[in-house]
Amino acid sequence: MIGRTNAMAMTAVALLVTACGGGERGTDGLSGRVELDGSSTVFPISEAVAEEFSFSASAGVQVTVGQSGTGGGFKRFCTGETDISNASREIKESEIAECAVNGVEYERFAVALDGMAIVVHAENDWVECVTVDELRSIWEPGSAVRNWSDVRPEWPASQMRLYGPGTNSGTFDYFTEAIMGEMAVSRPDYVASEDDNVLVQGVEGDQYSLGYFGYAYYHENQTRLRAVAVDGGSGCVMPTIETINSGEYSPLSRPLFIYVNTASLQRPEVARFVEFYLEQGAELVPQTGYIALPASDYEQGLNRLAELTGG
Amino acid sequence: MRSRHARERLVGAVLLGFSIVSILTTLGIVGVLLFDSAAFFAEVSPLEFFTGTSWTPLFRPANFGVLPLLAGSLLIAAGAAMVALPIGLAAAIYLSEYAHIRAKRVLKPVLEILAGVPTVVYGYFALTFVTPIIRSIWPSTEIFNAASASIVMGIMIIPMVSSMSEDAMSAVPLSLREAAYALGATRVEVATRTIVPAALSGIIASFILAISRAIGETMIVTIAAGAQPALTLNPLRGVQTMTAYIAQTAQGEAPHGSVEYRTIFAVGLTLFAITLLMNILSGLVLRRFREEYE
Repeated sequence: MIGRTNAMAMTAVALLVTACGGGERGTDGLSGRVELDGSSTVFPISEAVAEEFSFSASAGVQVTVGQSGTGGGFKRFCTGETDISNASREIKESEIAECAVNGVEYERFAVALDGMAIVVHAENDWVECVTVDELRSIWEPGSAVRNWSDVRPEWPASQMRLYGPGTNSGTFDYFTEAIMGEMAVSRPDYVASEDDNVLVQGVEGDQYSLGYFGYAYYHENQTRLRAVAVDGGSGCVMPTIETINSGEYSPLSRPLFIYVNTASLQRPEVARFVEFYLEQGAELVPQTGYIALPASDYEQGLNRLAELTGG
Repeated sequence: MRSRHARERLVGAVLLGFSIVSILTTLGIVGVLLFDSAAFFAEVSPLEFFTGTSWTPLFRPANFGVLPLLAGSLLIAAGAAMVALPIGLAAAIYLSEYAHIRAKRVLKPVLEILAGVPTVVYGYFALTFVTPIIRSIWPSTEIFNAASASIVMGIMIIPMVSSMSEDAMSAVPLSLREAAYALGATRVEVATRTIVPAALSGIIASFILAISRAIGETMIVTIAAGAQPALTLNPLRGVQTMTAYIAQTAQGEAPHGSVEYRTIFAVGLTLFAITLLMNILSGLVLRRFREEYE
């Protein structure tokens, strides 16, 4: 649980930083509060931006970042409780309806790219690459795969133990949609946790394990487990920053978003925070283990923001 | 005289109002549970719910058999009972029959501190301390497993057992003890053959209440037992209890009014029925086996 403790310590430090920032006025005279919640996958990025923001000229603004999951975040966002919702997928129909009922209008900004990693134990020496079809046969509902040898006969006849995110996770939604073609279609008998660190720990401690989670967590834990290349129909591709950025690592890479309440954007501190997010994204995103978008995408976001705020 | 009388009546009315609040709350909860459960059972047949062996309402295809959740709750409560009942009873016997009055004055409140530890602390204690120990003994143990949650929950409910049992034993009249000693009984014999049987109704009631508490406990199982509904008796596997399922789903993104969302109420009603039954049972036991002295 070392990773978990670190994450907690980092959160504590971040809170402290914001608290100190709130005490003294920033040089640009902005104050108030910006509230974010949502995807735990996007959390590290928003957290890093919020921390950097508290050192900027806008130190007078308090930024809080929650991590209730993409769905949980939209639940709060669509009642107008939060200004910005972190999302690891696009907003769903049901959520759009919920927002509409409450009169919440919003704008979507892409902030980074994420790949999903298929991971195995560090000492697993039989699997180098899996095809999307094999992944489907492993994870489909009522799957007959019990042992590794059920996937390919030359693999060991030992029970394959599966790890993955829980049903509240945006990563679960994305994986099932990318591999099964429909959201939430999955076998249920795997070890599920919303806490990616628990999954890392699980895969690490189990020689016959196979799991999936966000690329950032794999990137942070490369020494503890091993990623497997994925063949989406045009050869085996390892998840790396390059292959995710180029779109070669398909179908397991995706864009990450922030959804911003347009009414909140009329508050200068929120507008400034979003602007700061898009300006700093290219630099901060790679530090969190994700992949920055091409510079032109951030430019586009900034232009759209300028239109919305009339600046 | 008249104003004093009026004041008394006013105080009485206010107090009555407060007690009605709690009754209304209970009725409200039962009402909501029944209402949404009825909507749930209009879509899913009770036969499937109570006899199905697969619980996957948040997956596709969805299955609505509650047995795996029920099994998870019972497995963990049974494990907790195996820890708490013997230890709690032994502690109660010690406190009531062996401990010096000064030792008792210190020990009893200290033991009761266990009940005051926040359950989230117990949960992480199970996941980060107990689970690694179990895994070092049985390496095939899953990260989330019923055993660690059971053990820690057992520790949590020890004070319920020991405190209530001790009260029951202390209430046994001194004359009974003295009579037993006069017949030449040793301390162990007095404790096990005279005091425990005489206090049996209180002891059994404490057992039932502790088990009922274990079935209703949420945080420990959410953190340490996993989120994998499994029809299993293997404590080294991950399971999901009814309470953990409710917590997981209520936090999640199941849209209001959907059948996924209503599963919460159907499971909640089942849970409510079980704990209510156990509490009634404990009341019956108290009355049925009460030994009256005086």
